[in-house]
Amino acid sequence: MKFVKFFLMLLILNLGLFSCGERRGLSQVTIKGSDTMVILGQRWAEDYMKKDKDVIVQITGGGTGTGIAALINNATDICQASRKIKKEEKDMAEKRNKRKVEEIKVAVDGIAIYVHKENKLEEISTDKLRNIYTGKIKNWKELGGENKEIIPYSRENNSGTYVYFKEHILDNKDFVDNCQTLPGTAAIINGVSKDKYSIGYGGIAYAKGVKIIKVKNSENEISYLPSVLNVTSGRYPISRYLYFYIYENPKPEVKKFIDYVLSQVGQNVCEEVGYYPLSK
Amino acid sequence: MISLFKEKVIEFAIRSSAIVVISSLILIFIFIGKEAIPIFTNYSIRKEANLNKLFIPQKVENKYKYSWQPISEVPKYSILVLFLGTLKCTIIALLFAVPLSVFAAMFTSEFAPSIVREIIKPFIELLAGIPSVVLGFFALMVQATFLQSIFGYAYRLNAVNAGIALGFAVIPIVYTICEDAFSSVPRSFKDASMALGASRWQTAYKIVLPSALPGVFAACVLGFGRAIGETMIVLMSSGNAAIFSLNFTDGVRTLSATIAAELGEVIVGGAHYHVLFFIGAGLFVFTFITNLFGNIYISSLKRKLSGEI
Repeated sequence: MKFVKFFLMLLILNLGLFSCGERRGLSQVTIKGSDTMVILGQRWAEDYMKKDKDVIVQITGGGTGTGIAALINNATDICQASRKIKKEEKDMAEKRNKRKVEEIKVAVDGIAIYVHKENKLEEISTDKLRNIYTGKIKNWKELGGENKEIIPYSRENNSGTYVYFKEHILDNKDFVDNCQTLPGTAAIINGVSKDKYSIGYGGIAYAKGVKIIKVKNSENEISYLPSVLNVTSGRYPISRYLYFYIYENPKPEVKKFIDYVLSQVGQNVCEEVGYYPLSK
Repeated sequence: MISLFKEKVIEFAIRSSAIVVISSLILIFIFIGKEAIPIFTNYSIRKEANLNKLFIPQKVENKYKYSWQPISEVPKYSILVLFLGTLKCTIIALLFAVPLSVFAAMFTSEFAPSIVREIIKPFIELLAGIPSVVLGFFALMVQATFLQSIFGYAYRLNAVNAGIALGFAVIPIVYTICEDAFSSVPRSFKDASMALGASRWQTAYKIVLPSALPGVFAACVLGFGRAIGETMIVLMSSGNAAIFSLNFTDGVRTLSATIAAELGEVIVGGAHYHVLFFIGAGLFVFTFITNLFGNIYISSLKRKLSGEI
């Protein structure tokens, strides 16, 4: 009931904003989707609105799935996604709206592995990560640390980051039961920063108060930190593209906003926020 | 003539409000029930999630166990894990909240001077006004660390943490109803007890508490209903780990938090979607039955105390 009330309130607020915009002759671009990308989208929007005073760009989060659902229901102009759209989702959107869905890569994100600041661990291989998150490695001792249980932190299963991690690191195996599952990367950072024997994963832009460790593909390789150079060159093993999904032939203001995002200025914003620009 | 018309209009307005309220409740339940039914009827959904899979341990890597892994190559939907999680949180919440609020209510109604009572009562009731997301945030950021430093358990977010945070949401409800129940015990009872030489504590414990028992019980039932359905607090503070264990210091995943966390992402019409609605319907039925039996018990207790049986 509380949610319903909240949504009604949002709706009313939106209507208010909407009517203001209309009166002043402003056009609107709505963006919805990935929680990972909310900060990024907001910075783009702020920067863009300074340049183009005739447009209001609205960003909301909720998760990639929520964004795609909004795209399908035609409730948003742009869907921000931290994973590729699934085939069923794309088909459903195209069938319902009779327009093609277009995919635009807008930035690169490295998924950082966080541990507590006092943790001595410096690097980890993706194999070890898989074993931790599937429950085969349970103790820091096995990684050369103290004899303490590893507390793995993970995202809820509505998160694009969760799906990415499951597909690329866990080889689609199930996460271990005792993962502390939290809504949002910020909550994970908070948990890991307070939990001495924890390990977590998430976007790099949020990482404050935790230690980011180097990652390598296999035991014999060199490990890399998720720095701009390492991620854009593809040496850092856990990186992914971030996407915009739109319907083809969008309205002009949407097109202009996307052009801005892909321009040098827009790509520089990525870097300021802590993501990585698309490599040229 | 006009007054008759006015009467009719008002009556119509009142009647239709009642109808709107009741019919919307019924419609909500029909909607939830309708979305839950394909688990029993739809063949392709039954293959993925049927009652056996929901309630009997499933084979995971050569072991049989209860497991909740809806996003998986072989989705596993053991809702017993979630039910156990809900139960663990609720038990902790009630163990924490009921004694505290009953004694607090006893203090304000029997022992405290009236001025203290006038301050404390609204203050505790104010607790009910704290949005649950704020309580959840507090439990996530502050309380979890505090409790871990006291008890020293491995998992920061667990049933104890979530249960105590839930307790804060339950306290105002239990307290308010208990307070009203204690205050409505007739003055003559207390006077008679005092006149016989009983102390204030004896009066409170042996006279006031028993005669207010139906009220206390009603408070517990309502508190239970609140705790079992509360979502935001447990979503943030329980760790949401679907483990089938009786250990209260493991992370827990509750029914309501699961619905909140997963419903945004599911494919409408898929097995996962219908399982979530089945959980919702289950929660509804469960609280309905507890409230029903609670009410039956309370009314029989009331008759017993007033000497009708």
